[in-house]
Amino acid sequence: MIRLAGARTLFYKEILRFWKVAFQTVAAPVLTAVMYLLIFGHVLEDRVQVFQGVGYTSFLIPGLVMMSVLQNSFANSSSSLIQSKITGNLVFLLVSPLSHWAWFVAYVGASVVRGLVVGLGVFLVTVWFAPPAFAQPGWILVFAVLGAGMLGALGLIAGLWAEKFDQMAAFQNFIIMPMTFLSGVFYSVHSLPGVWQQASHLNPFFYMIDGFRRGFFGHSDVSPWLSLAVVGGSFVVVSALALRLLRTGYKLRP
Amino acid sequence: MRFQGVEKTYTGARGTFRALKGVSFDIQPGEFFGLLGPNGAGKTTLISVLAGLTRPTAGSVTVMGHDVQRDAAAARKALGIVPQELVFDPFFSVRETLRIQSGYFGVRHNDAWIDELLSELGLADKAHANMRQLSGGMKRRVLVAQALVHRPPVIVLDEPTAGVDVELRQTLWAFIARLNREGHTVLLTTHYLEEAEALCHRIGMLRQGELVALNRTAELLAGSASTMLRFKTDQALPPALAPLARVTGRIVQLKARDAAEVEQQLATLRAAGVRVEDLEIGRADLEDVFLEIMQGGTPAAAAQAVAA
Repeated sequence: MIRLAGARTLFYKEILRFWKVAFQTVAAPVLTAVMYLLIFGHVLEDRVQVFQGVGYTSFLIPGLVMMSVLQNSFANSSSSLIQSKITGNLVFLLVSPLSHWAWFVAYVGASVVRGLVVGLGVFLVTVWFAPPAFAQPGWILVFAVLGAGMLGALGLIAGLWAEKFDQMAAFQNFIIMPMTFLSGVFYSVHSLPGVWQQASHLNPFFYMIDGFRRGFFGHSDVSPWLSLAVVGGSFVVVSALALRLLRTGYKLRP
Repeated sequence: MRFQGVEKTYTGARGTFRALKGVSFDIQPGEFFGLLGPNGAGKTTLISVLAGLTRPTAGSVTVMGHDVQRDAAAARKALGIVPQELVFDPFFSVRETLRIQSGYFGVRHNDAWIDELLSELGLADKAHANMRQLSGGMKRRVLVAQALVHRPPVIVLDEPTAGVDVELRQTLWAFIARLNREGHTVLLTTHYLEEAEALCHRIGMLRQGELVALNRTAELLAGSASTMLRFKTDQALPPALAPLARVTGRIVQLKARDAAEVEQQLATLRAAGVRVEDLEIGRADLEDVFLEIMQGGTPAAAAQAVAA
């Protein structure tokens, strides 16, 4: 009972943290995604068609929504942790009786909320550019939540590992950004040359976006069940690692 | 609280550093205990081990029977730690900070106690202020309130009065002394030895990671049986006395075994033509005992206590 209250407080605190600066944490990423849509959509609308009967702008929207979900979920847990570490206020959590599960659930939970709020914001704005379709909405929810959860857990790991802001920036720029951009946000991997198609299939982010898009159009590059297996498996592996680091006090309790 | 053979060795790029070399002592329930030592003696490391912020290389610490490593949640619930660094979360107001800290300990709907803490610590009119807007002294008060928000039976203050004005020091000590009278155990580290002398029932002294003194405050003072000659002067001391004196600005303190030695010192000063003001002869205070111990001397009272 007490543990539940503790985890709930940390979850609430993490939500409050990003909500108090929502202009930066919600409005700014929505604007970024809309810029992508305006520019790429406008330039490529008449030149690229991925699925039969689906315009490029319509194709791009779910990709951008999912990219925003993933990037913001990662940003929430990772930046909260690194800021608390560098300013020293993580000590308030470290002296508390919260278990490693409480830390995990609260940080990842709040990251999922931030990811979904931003994703929803991007979606609501982009509705003006192309009429939305919801062929199989269940997949939309499943992949949004699982993807956000995995990136929230990944952000937790990065936040625990990084000791300085530049290490965090490296993690973001050299791991998260390439994996997001090479996952098929802007294109179908079928339009890539063979080698790159194969490489994309090793990227779990590809399955998140492909599965998510399936929910909108009913089409996808691979079966949504395969995507679910890969994304679910990745989530479990990343979560297990995050929990292990928290339990052993990696870089937290030297 | 029981510290048993606590060792902490840091291994870094520049070799290893033994911050604690097997520290053992107990603190009884309800005690007001002072932990003294110069910078780098290991006080904060010992408190970090107690708080579960760092793991001991060897040895163990228990709080009310709970091992701080194996039974961490129960041990941490019993502890209220005031950290030495002036840290705060810039996103929140004072009241939010306290509600959140309370929630971490599973204590919800705690506003009555939070209000009492705010008023006792002179923070009532700052409840809605953001942490960033507070002065250093005010932030320190919030740190104390955060440590007490879950009503811990054991209160640990790591140099709480460093850089704090006189008013807050008075408020803080009145409040902590009250909590101690009500049954809370208090562990205090401080650089202000007069504070330790005034407040602590018992004192432990750390030097280079070792406990070099442990006794009741009164006995520590009694054990250092020396007399102190204090006076003010603007002139240089004669060469015979200069190496023995402790000089703080204009104030000179000279230790003497007995009255005869005091007379002799005064004669030496007179012979050298040193003009002396505000002369007084008194007993050694905790600062004198502290310096004696840190310079390697072991007054009888301190040595006996550690051996026991």
